Amino acid sequence: MPAASAAEPSAPRRPWAGLLLPLALLSPSLVFLALFTYWPVIEVLWDATHAVTRRGTRFVGLDNFTALFADPTFRRALLNNALYALGTVVPSLVLALAFALALNGAGRVRALMRALFFLPVMIPLVAAAALFLFLFLPGIGLIDHHLARLGLAGANWLGDPDLALGAITVLTVWKNAGYYMLFILAGLQAIPDEAREAALLDGAGPWQRLLYVTLPALRPTFAFVGVIALLNAVTQVDHVFVLTKGGPSDATKLLLFYIYEQAAERYDAGRAAAATVVTLALLAGLTGLSLARGQGPEAAR
Amino acid sequence: MSAPPSGPVTREVTPQIVRWAVAGLALVWAVPFWWMLVAAFRPAGSTADASLLPSLAPTLANFAEAWASADFPLYFLNSVAICAGILLVQLVTASLAGYVFARLEFPGRGLLFGLFLVQLMLVPVVLLVPNLKTIAALGLYDTLPGVMVPYCATAFGTFLMRQSFREVPRELEDAAMIDGAGWWARIRLIYLPLTKPALVAFSIVSVTSHWNEFLWPLMVINSPDKRPLTLGLASFTLSAEGMQAWGLIAAGTFLVSLPLLAAFLIFQRRFVNSFLASGIK
Repeated sequence: MPAASAAEPSAPRRPWAGLLLPLALLSPSLVFLALFTYWPVIEVLWDATHAVTRRGTRFVGLDNFTALFADPTFRRALLNNALYALGTVVPSLVLALAFALALNGAGRVRALMRALFFLPVMIPLVAAAALFLFLFLPGIGLIDHHLARLGLAGANWLGDPDLALGAITVLTVWKNAGYYMLFILAGLQAIPDEAREAALLDGAGPWQRLLYVTLPALRPTFAFVGVIALLNAVTQVDHVFVLTKGGPSDATKLLLFYIYEQAAERYDAGRAAAATVVTLALLAGLTGLSLARGQGPEAAR
Repeated sequence: MSAPPSGPVTREVTPQIVRWAVAGLALVWAVPFWWMLVAAFRPAGSTADASLLPSLAPTLANFAEAWASADFPLYFLNSVAICAGILLVQLVTASLAGYVFARLEFPGRGLLFGLFLVQLMLVPVVLLVPNLKTIAALGLYDTLPGVMVPYCATAFGTFLMRQSFREVPRELEDAAMIDGAGWWARIRLIYLPLTKPALVAFSIVSVTSHWNEFLWPLMVINSPDKRPLTLGLASFTLSAEGMQAWGLIAAGTFLVSLPLLAAFLIFQRRFVNSFLASGIK
């Protein structure tokens, strides 16, 4: 954003001030970033390629990674996280689109429903998990109780290895769809009215207008929200702690929970570091993907 | 030209079936909250726990018991201290860095800004294993500052403040400089007062995300009396689950969720705008 005026108000009057002031003002941030963003990356790379033995620390190359990928629990966690990402991102975005389409515009009922869909975003993920603990409770729980009244058989939603990941996924969709709805609503407002009017005058029906006008216009929004949703699928695992602790038989073990277990319960620093490196690589890949598609922070506003 | 039969153009843009489906889904979305309210105010053992009909004789007994059986007031204070501490430091670091990236010219500015943005990807929670070692080395294990420090620098806040500082007219700063105002006076007297909406937006997003945070405090905090609300609720829930005390869990969850839910319902528009800006958090 070049200023039109010839004067450069921030130009230094003394040459040394040119670097001194910016660095001084950035230093509080840089100290914290160095300690908790840059240094941990170096440390985790070091830990992942070294083994601590009684005779000291020794470079072991990729041994920790070999052991990591040989661990069936880790492979399960990778697969679980991929399924979980797919199972949360696609339905969340489809629902968010439906919510946004139906609730875009003025009116009290619409405003009320928008607020309702957004409420789950405001509560802690552990609070949502505490509620869903009873929803998913076998037998007397909310879902089973009402299924039984309809004459349908319930299930042990969190205790059945085939269902537990699905149950966790349902909770996440409930929690996050309203957040993504917000961005799609903003995207809808940015579509010029003329585009819709032109389609309407051409005799396009609601479905045609959705398919040929609205959805193409929302493509950047979807790319952006999709990346946020994918990042959330990796970084938010609080509900696993309350609902399943990774079980039954590893069915809900997600990457970050696996890292937590290796570090806080098994005290295997090398394995935890290697798993962190793999997770960071995945996140970097996802972020790189979003930047490559021109959906970086600059485009977010 | 005759008006289209379906009314204003902006209204009928959505297939009718989607609108009915969304109305139905709104009911589904409300069920967990509705159950929470009904169960929290229901006398123990009056009807099935899963009943969605409100009790005719609502009681506060569950709240009293939840309040007594877990140290919620203390957890609440811990959460407030964590959120306030993080926010105060963040406001300082983000305003200073935002000013630098918005208005100062110097070699290496782009590179440094890129280094800041790296934090958007390397979210502290993923780095919990190495960060915990750093916290321990700094002597901050099992302390509230230990929960706060990884968040004291904020790429999102810096980005947001840079964007809004750029919209402040340069002429104002020029005039202040002529009057001899130093950089701190210019930030405090010109930039910050003119960018209040951005400061509010950032504060809402910051407080919400740290109020709701669980995994990092779980790693850092060991003593029960230093737990924030989320940790307190998790351990409270696990013990009440053993007793099948579902009304108690509903009451505890309600207590923990209430502050932010109430704030959201009162200041809806502000929250929504803040969260829209938070897409890059």
